[in-house]
Amino acid sequence: MIAQNFEYETPATLDEALDLMEGGAKALAGGMSLIPLMKLRLAAPEKVVDLRRVPGLNSIRTADGRLHIGAMVTHYELESTPLVRTGCPLLAMAAATIGDVQVRNLGTIGGSIAHADPAADYPAALQALEAVIRIAGKGGERRMSAAEFFVDTFTTALEPGELVVETSVPLEAAGTGVSYQKCTQPASGFALVGVAARVIKEGGRVSLARVGVTGLAGSSYRAGNVETLLVGTAGGEEDVKKAAAVVAEGKEANSDIHASADYRAHLARVYTARALRAALGMAG
Amino acid sequence: MASTVTKTETLFGKRMKRKEDPRLITGTATYVDDIQMPGMHHAVILRSPYAAARIRSIDTKRALELPGVAAVFTGADVKDVGPVPCGASLPGLRVPHHHVLAQDRTYFVGHPVAVVVAADRYIARDAVDRIEVDWEPLDAVADPEKALEAGAPAVHPQWPDNKAFDYHQEHGEVDKVFAEADVVVKQRITSQRLIPCAMETRGVVAEWRSGEKALTIYTSTQIPHLMRSLVAGMLGIPENKLRAVAPEVGGGFGSKLNVYAEEALMGFVAMKIGKPVKWIESRRENMLATTHGRGHVDYYEIAAKKDGTIVGIKLKLIQDVGSYHQLLTPAIPTLSVLMMPGVYRCQNIRADIVGVFTNCVPTDAYRGAGRPEAMHGIERMVDILAAEMKMDPAELRLKNFIQPEEFPYATATGLTYDSGDYDKPLKKALEIAGYAKLREEQRAARSAGRLMGIGLSTYGEICAIGPSPATPAGGWESATVRIEPSGKVTVHTGCSPHGQGEETTFAQIAADELGVDIEDVIVLHGDTAIVQYGIGTFGSRGTAIGGTAMYFAIQELKAKIKRFGAMMLGCDEVRFEDGRCVCGKTGKSVTIQEIAAASYRAMKLPPNTEPGMVATYFWEPPNFTFPFGAHIVVTEVDKETGDIAVKRYVAVDDCGKIINPLIVAGQIHGGVAQGLGQALYEEAVYDDSGQLMTGEFMDYCVPKSTMVPWIEDSNTETPTPVNPLGIKGVGEAGTIGCSPAVVNSVVDALSPLGVRHIDMPMTPEKIWKLVRGGAA
Repeated sequence: MIAQNFEYETPATLDEALDLMEGGAKALAGGMSLIPLMKLRLAAPEKVVDLRRVPGLNSIRTADGRLHIGAMVTHYELESTPLVRTGCPLLAMAAATIGDVQVRNLGTIGGSIAHADPAADYPAALQALEAVIRIAGKGGERRMSAAEFFVDTFTTALEPGELVVETSVPLEAAGTGVSYQKCTQPASGFALVGVAARVIKEGGRVSLARVGVTGLAGSSYRAGNVETLLVGTAGGEEDVKKAAAVVAEGKEANSDIHASADYRAHLARVYTARALRAALGMAG
Repeated sequence: MASTVTKTETLFGKRMKRKEDPRLITGTATYVDDIQMPGMHHAVILRSPYAAARIRSIDTKRALELPGVAAVFTGADVKDVGPVPCGASLPGLRVPHHHVLAQDRTYFVGHPVAVVVAADRYIARDAVDRIEVDWEPLDAVADPEKALEAGAPAVHPQWPDNKAFDYHQEHGEVDKVFAEADVVVKQRITSQRLIPCAMETRGVVAEWRSGEKALTIYTSTQIPHLMRSLVAGMLGIPENKLRAVAPEVGGGFGSKLNVYAEEALMGFVAMKIGKPVKWIESRRENMLATTHGRGHVDYYEIAAKKDGTIVGIKLKLIQDVGSYHQLLTPAIPTLSVLMMPGVYRCQNIRADIVGVFTNCVPTDAYRGAGRPEAMHGIERMVDILAAEMKMDPAELRLKNFIQPEEFPYATATGLTYDSGDYDKPLKKALEIAGYAKLREEQRAARSAGRLMGIGLSTYGEICAIGPSPATPAGGWESATVRIEPSGKVTVHTGCSPHGQGEETTFAQIAADELGVDIEDVIVLHGDTAIVQYGIGTFGSRGTAIGGTAMYFAIQELKAKIKRFGAMMLGCDEVRFEDGRCVCGKTGKSVTIQEIAAASYRAMKLPPNTEPGMVATYFWEPPNFTFPFGAHIVVTEVDKETGDIAVKRYVAVDDCGKIINPLIVAGQIHGGVAQGLGQALYEEAVYDDSGQLMTGEFMDYCVPKSTMVPWIEDSNTETPTPVNPLGIKGVGEAGTIGCSPAVVNSVVDALSPLGVRHIDMPMTPEKIWKLVRGGAA
């Protein structure tokens, strides 16, 4: 539980941070994943760049009909800020289920998504929200969708030296129903399976469905097959069951001491149905 | 309670906040890791990454080259340090020589191989990575039943059958009652391996004073005096040249009722380098290398008559020993056998234990130590019998209880139960739970397709361990009570509280007995340079034995106080009440403070009386004590996911007379939380190669406070005649009563599906498979 020696930097600007990131440094946000890995010497970065003094990374603002969330915004802030709770309740719901109070007070959305734990909660919500992630690098900024960003287990589309600076999600239109349903691995607090759902109904029919899944497979994903089956239906119990039944199709479910692949796939179906039911209930 | 005090309000029985808590909750307590000394060095231990491996060679050169490294020691350096002791003895017990560092072979993942000592902990840890070991990995076995199979890898090559011991105990006419029984039920029941997970990991600071040739060891232990005696022997230094200090100890649960390699090793290091050295166990080391608990595979058979009378119990017990015997390893399953009849009147028992070596860290005491296993077994079996006979499990229990008039009761296992009234807590629990109404609700739930369960346990346990002839190192406890010249009271107890609240409960007793304010009493413990020899805190013994020792020391002082009082009042008929001696004739009085001052000033002394006001008492208990109780748990199972919701938890515990209801409730709450951990979440999982798969809190689930249900706790009070205070002990009761009640409840929930037994931990996946009709 004793880290190797490393250099510790606290840049005061984003440019300075990006300069320091060159050559294989590791960015430190809330430290909820990086520090334990370093203590166990599973990670041994030579340089750690602490982003806490970089201005502008901890803001939550609205612009262009979207909610823009700085990378250093903590889970607790997302869980509790009225703007998020009303503007993008799905994100607040997912944030509220992360770890425990201490983790939520320190952990950040940018750090969490850059780490890309396959059982983290945000990815499910960000997939369902079709979030856009803004990335800064020495060569300038780029934006990509959550679906592009999350590549595989602990792997994102970030290039070496790049930093997540912001995540943006749509401000939900009135009548959008959302839910995040999670089966928690009791030791770690991570998701055995977590499912985020967003639905809009028009004229008694489901006009939009978005389903994001975490925990089941190597990476989070958007369950397009579930969405397709649900759209156009009345969103009744049979429709939900039929749609939820395909959520794990084509996915290689994780298997470990906490849950077998079969059980995880089953949980994915159960929690997809639960998330859809709750979201449909909220959509009215 | 026997007392001459006539204060209007006694503190005995009063709900009081703990005197020790302010320092604990304000972060001002001193744990081992808080100790700093000039010139102090830091040790980090290289541990085996293999469950079984030969060490072809060790090269420490690169580690020694790192600036700041003071020394590196390997097995060759410590081969003459005495073995890590096993304090238990059984006929035919095989005891492998347990070196403080591995010699040419390692036997479990986490086995200490070398120690690096450096100016700081970071350098020491870096240097560990620079030690080059040429390993030859060998086949390992981690499962005790597999270890017993022919051809299994031998944990210790000299004992290819992997048997550490066999133990047999029998009483009555077992074969006859089984042959004549109307009903016999059998079940394999496991009590899985658990990791004790004390909040504070182990840690040692050792300081060698070369001028005095004296060593001080600060260690997070439950048994400072025993540790001192045994480590002095291991290091070959005189016992009185070793001072042991248990500073604040952040939980033990039995895992610190031990003498560890690291305690002697740090003493060795300090003596070698001539500087103080500190070793603090990391959490990962704690999970790998501090003793685990439980590790039973039990095969039970129970025989009954058709009216439900239990007539015989058979048990084949496979105990996963691990790679070595730690201090009490082989004794723990024998406690299970002693308690195997539980609270039932059954005189025909047969038990066979086989202790099995595995390539895992040793098992040893863990909260309950043998009794949770025994109660889990018998309480599951009684439920299985009730289900078989279609009897209500409460009725079956009431039918078989030993009755109050039968005490003292000689059990088939050779114990004498002191006192008991087993109907009382069960009936109270049934009433609190609203048992009849719950069963109605259950019928309604079942017809609505819901899986609701009601489970109960009626446990008995053995506390106040114990009379010396029944223990490996003496079972008495000691106390010195000093009334200072100002009348303030200092108690030195030989036990070593580490969370049990005895600084408070002892002060309550002393304040009552001496008629002083509770704030005038302090209780010191855990330092062999201050406190007379003692045994320690474990086996729910601290208050029942250590508190009683203090009580008797106070009685001696009270006699002396009265002699001084008589002299000072010039009265031959004085009584001591409410902190003063009162003359029966004149009504004149003198306070304990005035008496204390006079006893030290010693201008005049009563006949045949020494100056001062100090008494020491070593109390040898005539018997154990046997608390009991009833727990009722209501659960509901989610058919879709297998999740278990604990809807209600009713605990009625009888620990004899209660000194402080708040502390008793706290002990029950914590005990129940640990029982729930075993029932629902916890398991030390080793893979086939002996790697611990649950070596972090990310994977090993200790229940969080939010996962523990509201506990409806209450008590009955059946005093023990074993000690004058009537107290029995409560440290382990919650754990012992809990796991069978929870499992019985979930089995009851699933019984409409034909489920008869579920092994722990009852994970949702296991339950889901049962609901689906698959094997658990």
